Amino acid sequence: MGILEVKNVNKRFGGLQALGDVNLSVAENSVHAIIGPNGAGKSTLLNVLIGKLIPDTGSVMFNGQSVLGRKPYEINQMGISRVFQTPEIFGDLTVLENMMIPIFAKRDGVFRMHAFENADNEKGIVEQAEHMLESLNMADARHDHSASMSRGNKRRLEIGMCLAQSPKLLLLDEPTAGMARADTNNTIDLLKQIKEERDITIAIIEHDMHVVFSLAERITVLAQGTPLVEDTPENIKGHPKVREAYLGEHA
Amino acid sequence: MLGLNKKDLSLLLVVTFLALCAPFILNPFPTDSSLAQFNAGYPDLMQRFVIFGIFAIGFNILFGLTGYLSFGHAAFLGVGSYSAVWMFKLLSMNVLPAIVLSVIVAGLFSVVIGYVSLRRSGIYFSILTLAFAQMSFNLAYSVLTPITNGETGLQLTLDDPRILGVSRTESGGIPVTNLFGLDMRDTYEMVVGPWSFQFNNGYYLCAILMLISFYLAIRIFRSPFGMMLRAIKSNNTRMTYTGLNARPYTLAAFVISGMYAGLAGGLLASMDPLAGAERMQWTASGEVVLMTILGGAGTLIGPVLGAGFIKYFENIFSKINESVLHTWFGFMPDGLEDLVITLVYPFVGKGWHLTLGIMFMLVVIFLPGGLVEGGQRIAGLFRRKKSGDDANKSTQSTPAE
Repeated sequence: MGILEVKNVNKRFGGLQALGDVNLSVAENSVHAIIGPNGAGKSTLLNVLIGKLIPDTGSVMFNGQSVLGRKPYEINQMGISRVFQTPEIFGDLTVLENMMIPIFAKRDGVFRMHAFENADNEKGIVEQAEHMLESLNMADARHDHSASMSRGNKRRLEIGMCLAQSPKLLLLDEPTAGMARADTNNTIDLLKQIKEERDITIAIIEHDMHVVFSLAERITVLAQGTPLVEDTPENIKGHPKVREAYLGEHA
Repeated sequence: MLGLNKKDLSLLLVVTFLALCAPFILNPFPTDSSLAQFNAGYPDLMQRFVIFGIFAIGFNILFGLTGYLSFGHAAFLGVGSYSAVWMFKLLSMNVLPAIVLSVIVAGLFSVVIGYVSLRRSGIYFSILTLAFAQMSFNLAYSVLTPITNGETGLQLTLDDPRILGVSRTESGGIPVTNLFGLDMRDTYEMVVGPWSFQFNNGYYLCAILMLISFYLAIRIFRSPFGMMLRAIKSNNTRMTYTGLNARPYTLAAFVISGMYAGLAGGLLASMDPLAGAERMQWTASGEVVLMTILGGAGTLIGPVLGAGFIKYFENIFSKINESVLHTWFGFMPDGLEDLVITLVYPFVGKGWHLTLGIMFMLVVIFLPGGLVEGGQRIAGLFRRKKSGDDANKSTQSTPAE
């Protein structure tokens, strides 16, 4: 049984069947990619996984617990971290502060009224954050405003912020969308490095086949809201059904 | 020291110095000179500087850190004033219980308003707070007359019970507010040559409370809690997906700033024991927004500067009337004098709001960071000049070798 189990999930928006009978099992410590043409329901599925949408029927279990009906911050505290299509970081804060906040959240939970301690005196937190920045090769930028960084570095920081919480599952939503080739390759290398160093499950939703085939161990192809095939990258490449979904029937 | 870093400590020391020496600093002109009207060193105005400073410091904790713009903070100021006056009516003329009660009542009131208003953000939040404040204002004005005394305002009378004090003094008057026997109204006047400096007990009480409030605000700004509040302003989505619930953080900030407003309201009533509904009106809420933005939202010293700036203009500019202008421009030929006075007149006296409005627009357009940004830019200019000089020196010394 996988760490993330999606069973019979249906979601309808008016007349549109966005997700139809989705069954998905993501094995622990694997890299699982979900691909599909535009409108296949990838984003809807992701929103179901992180608690933003509640499906009409079906269940989503993470680590044996249901995630349905929980708030995003509760789902995060369960061990799921999410990386967004456009990097979501704290732009007005410094790089170091960006890294400290997830570590605070991991230590103190959803809310703690620590109004009279000095943030700089939280040695443990600062050390962890600096360590994390070093492993991302961003230590020199720690006092820079994060909004001034390049897109590739913002992505790097965002992934680092998620990792700082040592999540069990890392969800990535098109992590290389809109990136230059060099930045895309850097991101792929970073994710490979993470996979080697940690026990972590990565679920990735992606358009870019280059990214998918360099990272994924399992691939699920989604088309019109339903999983078409699930297999290893080698088998997916030549699969007739996948070609049909991507290129049309007569290709 | 005090859990502050060097920079914050020196800021606190500067503010302490300014606050304690205000009777000197604000009184630069000899009493009988024609510039004496620009002096602001009299107790009433100095009290207003620091009390509205407290109000703005508190408002800045909410608006400056979390970015939630409340348009209803005057409601907490008013509630604080009413509570304090009731304490003077029922318990005693000692300001301490009055101030404590006003902070507590304003805190409770802000929990209720904050809990409801913070369900929305952005403009909807602002509108909700505005609605609540106007509701409070209208209630105070009409339905709640038994508590607030309606449009007359709540005042002390000779029949008030004052359980721990006296209903009337021996001479038959209403007793004055005090702190364990120290009359708030007492002023020591120091005459040095043509100058006269006034040291008022009430002012010093307000100044000390302002310094404590300022110190607490610095601690909040530098704490992990303050960092979370800035994170909410910066990116609420990331905040939520990082496993943090923004709601209790914003509510805590809202209540803290409400308590600051309550303290300011309590102090206003302690200096002058009456409370009227107009203190809760939306213009009063708007004023604290202006103070904070004018001084520099999100900075430590900005709100205090903004409060001082606006209160100074309100009191000094509004006093300039036509006859004052005539004495100023009397040296000009008659026709020109009249022209100049006609041009200047709309900006002073009752028209001081026009000056304030123009200043506000100029600051928002050219100095979005407020007066603090202005100060930083000037400091930056000097620094650049200095480093430029150093660079020149080094280039001069090289060819000599």
